[in-house]
Amino acid sequence: MYLSSIFTDPERAEKLIEIAKTSLWPMLEGAIMNTIPLTLLSFVFGLILAVLTALARISHVKLFQGIARVYVSIIRGTPLLVQLFIIFYGLPNLGITLDPFISAVIGFSLSVGAYASEIIRAAILSIPKGQWEAGYSIGMTYTQALRRIILPQAARVSVPPLSNSFISLVKDTSLASLVLVTEMFRRAQVIAARNYEFLLVYTEAAIIYWVLCFFLSILQQYMERRLDRYV
Amino acid sequence: MISIKGLHKQFGQLEVLKGIDLQVEKGKVVVVIGPSGSGKTTMLRCLNVLETPTSGVISIEGQSLDFSKAVSKKNIASFRRLTGMVFQNYNLFPHKTALENVMEGPIIVKGESKETARKRATSLLEKVGLGDKMDYYPAQLSGGQQQRVGIARALAMEPEVMLFDEPTSALDPELVGEVLKVMKDLAQEGMTMIVVTHEMRFARDVADEVIFMDGGVVVERNKPEEIFTNPKEERTRKFLNMIQ
Repeated sequence: MYLSSIFTDPERAEKLIEIAKTSLWPMLEGAIMNTIPLTLLSFVFGLILAVLTALARISHVKLFQGIARVYVSIIRGTPLLVQLFIIFYGLPNLGITLDPFISAVIGFSLSVGAYASEIIRAAILSIPKGQWEAGYSIGMTYTQALRRIILPQAARVSVPPLSNSFISLVKDTSLASLVLVTEMFRRAQVIAARNYEFLLVYTEAAIIYWVLCFFLSILQQYMERRLDRYV
Repeated sequence: MISIKGLHKQFGQLEVLKGIDLQVEKGKVVVVIGPSGSGKTTMLRCLNVLETPTSGVISIEGQSLDFSKAVSKKNIASFRRLTGMVFQNYNLFPHKTALENVMEGPIIVKGESKETARKRATSLLEKVGLGDKMDYYPAQLSGGQQQRVGIARALAMEPEVMLFDEPTSALDPELVGEVLKVMKDLAQEGMTMIVVTHEMRFARDVADEVIFMDGGVVVERNKPEEIFTNPKEERTRKFLNMIQ
């Protein structure tokens, strides 16, 4: 019915094209103003958190290990949407009211931090012990060996799984629409609520997400090739 | 002068070193031989504290560490700078070129300027015969070339003594010679060296003294011509018969 009407009724087809055209810009605007900044900020903060958490997990200090373990366990054991709701709708009960965008950045950063910490921890552990020893043997301290020898190599190992996390994050930001961030999918919802063309508008949103992720996977390939030059 | 007194090392229940006493004078080359599990590699790794001895005193050129007491990390790091280590499987930094491998220690640990470090790294790589391979990554080099970079990397820290842990054991037979030649040159320049190896030719030609270890103790030490032709201990004789 829906599809055949496009072919039999030229007026309807024209109307749909018009809607697709006029809704494209507001959605792209949502992507540029919110989806992309939200993704980038959360990923950067999340990665910093992830490296710290990974280092805490492999440290010999029991307290650090414990804190890192509990953090990862809580974030991995609860739904992201629930975490976002607690931050945005729950914290005001404690007198902490945050801007929707900031709430989302906090929620996504915590999430990336927990998941990526496991990736980074595994990558650090995958570097042969001889690399640490070679660093120590030329007089390096733990920190120097970590920063100069281990982390650069671990970074290379982490690129494929971290790219996966990054691409997931792009799509997960659509959850921010539920804590009132006017990111791309929120725009789509508003547009569709006005004209009832749910299939058209949401498909259009899906295509934009897909194009974004497509470019990211090209970027991933490029990075992998660059980092592979020395092996 | 290097001196080891009462060196013990225990891994859990297993006692690998059962009290080693050893002195090596400056400029001497000592080759350590012995069956696998005799503790020779562990002894070498204790000398630059890659393994922390259970007890014992190690001193190198006046600096000493007493392992019956707690030893601070800072003391360990500065003690390590007295020794240069060459590993069996090279352990070069794969994300750095040959030149960068050699420059890394002087820049990061000694705080030298890039210019100074580059100059010395270049001359060291030329010395080990790799003047034309400076910008190659380890993966682009043969085992013998990698091990020569490893020697240059250790020399760049200007150590008092060079430690070699079976430096040719991972190499294809035709590549062993080029590494041994670099080591021989180094010995002739008067570098103090402790070499764990199975290369008996090298021991015969270059060593001032050969030490035979077995079961975590030094069984016999003597000049190479003595130990190879006229071993005093039964265990030494058995070992030499097996490998020759």
